[in-house]
Amino acid sequence: MGVEQKLGNMGVVTTTLETAVNWARTNAMWPMLFGLACCAIEMMAAQASDYDMSRFGMELMRPSPRQSDLMIVAGRVSRKMAPVLRRLYDQMPEPKWVIAMGDCASCGGVFNNYAIVQGVDEVVPVDVYVAGCPPRPEALIHGVVTLFEKVKGEKFADLTKS
Amino acid sequence: MDNRLEKIVQVLQDKAGATFEEFRGELHVFVGAEKIVDTLTFLRDEHQFSLLSALTAVDYWPLENPRFHVIYQLTSLTQNLSVQVRVPVNKDQPGIPTASGIFAAANWREREVMDMFGIEFPGHPDPRRILMPEDWDGHPLRKDYPLGYEEPQFSFNLEEIDLRKPYARE
Repeated sequence: MGVEQKLGNMGVVTTTLETAVNWARTNAMWPMLFGLACCAIEMMAAQASDYDMSRFGMELMRPSPRQSDLMIVAGRVSRKMAPVLRRLYDQMPEPKWVIAMGDCASCGGVFNNYAIVQGVDEVVPVDVYVAGCPPRPEALIHGVVTLFEKVKGEKFADLTKS
Repeated sequence: MDNRLEKIVQVLQDKAGATFEEFRGELHVFVGAEKIVDTLTFLRDEHQFSLLSALTAVDYWPLENPRFHVIYQLTSLTQNLSVQVRVPVNKDQPGIPTASGIFAAANWREREVMDMFGIEFPGHPDPRRILMPEDWDGHPLRKDYPLGYEEPQFSFNLEEIDLRKPYARE
């Protein structure tokens, strides 16, 4: 008793290429390891069995930017780290997305000083900001699902423009 | 004060013209910049102060003479003693001789003081910044260094600040 019988076993599903591509992108989006501070602990917790991000096709944290689609900036970025962050972002293959996880990555958080970048959006374009200090794993997963919604709405026409 | 330290202080007063203060059982020896190498060598070789547990500085701005104190915290593991050697540094003073020839640990510590306070250590084998980027202007731990970087965004000035925020591009 498979789902085919319930659906009438038509054997063919028609959809648009856009939908199919975006579906593929969202269901195997590999994030890059970019843990910088305490947010990284929550990111690890989101990966571990309690919260289990692999339910969303994200079981692989890639240590290399060349194999990843999503950069989760987890933690505060110092001015000295900023060029490294940008370089890793540039090394990621298109299409790529960025989640700024936590207050420090989003806006500098409590560290309003000379040493910390006041929001990682000064260095790389950010798609989703996750609030919290640090955000709980649920919040990160909510951010990821929000990003999925964004990716599913992407149009090929918009991609070729930029 | 420990009577073992009293003897050391006596010798340092005669040899290096040191003065001393005591605060809550901690001994602070003040010596001039030109005597610091001799003092540290003497403490290490003659009195087994073999561990340089800290080398740091304090900025007493707006005081100018002396503006900084460079602090050498020495520990003697064999005697269970510790002594703090302080070198006052004036605002325009070129620097104080490096201690990296006496204690290897002083190398990075002096680079940190150099980076954060702008105090020079002539004779240092590797005088580069250690914490801040190479092309950084100023010395962040000086009291007259600007503290904040960005005005916080509130609802009343959100758009105004948003306009001059340097957003990244693809």
